[in-house]
Amino acid sequence: MRLDAADRQMIDSYQRNLPVCERPYEEMARALGLTEEEVIQRLSALQEQQVLSRVGPVFEHSQAGASLLAAVAAPEEQMDLVAARINRAPGVNHNYAREHTYNLWFVMTAPDEDTLEERLDELEHQLKLPMLRLPMVEGYHIDLGFDIDWEALP
Amino acid sequence: MNLPATGPNYSYLLDTESMSAWGLLRLREQLENGLPLTPRPYQTLAERTGLSEQQVMNAVSQWQQQGLIKRLGLVVKHRTLGYRANAMVVWNVPDDRVSTLGNAMAAAACVTLCYQRPRRLPDWPYNLFCMIHGISRERVLNQLADLIEQHELSNVDHAILFSNKAYLQRGGRYVSNC
Repeated sequence: MRLDAADRQMIDSYQRNLPVCERPYEEMARALGLTEEEVIQRLSALQEQQVLSRVGPVFEHSQAGASLLAAVAAPEEQMDLVAARINRAPGVNHNYAREHTYNLWFVMTAPDEDTLEERLDELEHQLKLPMLRLPMVEGYHIDLGFDIDWEALP
Repeated sequence: MNLPATGPNYSYLLDTESMSAWGLLRLREQLENGLPLTPRPYQTLAERTGLSEQQVMNAVSQWQQQGLIKRLGLVVKHRTLGYRANAMVVWNVPDDRVSTLGNAMAAAACVTLCYQRPRRLPDWPYNLFCMIHGISRERVLNQLADLIEQHELSNVDHAILFSNKAYLQRGGRYVSNC
């Protein structure tokens, strides 16, 4: 999807450091040379077009609660079905098909470790597929929202 | 800070004694869906949580300082923009080199996330994970080749797991129960 210059500039400038003040969109507008109404309209449109998943905070997993990356090896012809079951499980927030014997990779989140274990056990039981559970041991990269390479995009 | 979670962290409830703990929990829940697109989003959140606008702003600032919120801004869905090749590259690295290599790889421009995770033998021998959000498969493979050359990884066992479909992608649901 091609975005116009104003949308691109907005994304470049505000993947982080969104102002915390009474009228944050007005402050963004001033910096971008737009009106507050335009900023809000553009953000709404970008959300609708699935360019943005949301405007807001990204929580640090290790402080926000419990989370875990897991994978299952689903039979090729049942991938959509298994993926749909995973999506319905409580706490799942990412679920991707990947090219590997372990072909469905998802992240499950929960308020605490015990609830997380219960949710994973329940899902494993329901799917009847062995589940690879891969908690994070150490993170080397802080998610700051990487710079979009607009020139290289199709 | 980088240790896996051992339980919920409710310290933010203790640090802000004058605010309703219930209101703060509701605020956490509301924020997982993002900031409302209203002229005064913190006022909108205040109305939904029973806190004041000032309390909402204080809580958000404080959570940023504490690191509970790691960034506040636009969360991009890269696939929509044309980042079609998303590769998870996994490596079987000697344990005593994993931190050094992890930090080195994380510094590479093409690597967007980098983690150490446990091996699960015999099924899963890999202990270092890095993500490359790329525009095309070809570009990702070139970026990976550079990474291997730069960090002398040609003898390190690895696998590339391209993602061909996103079934679900949204923010974490730590508090809200869905």
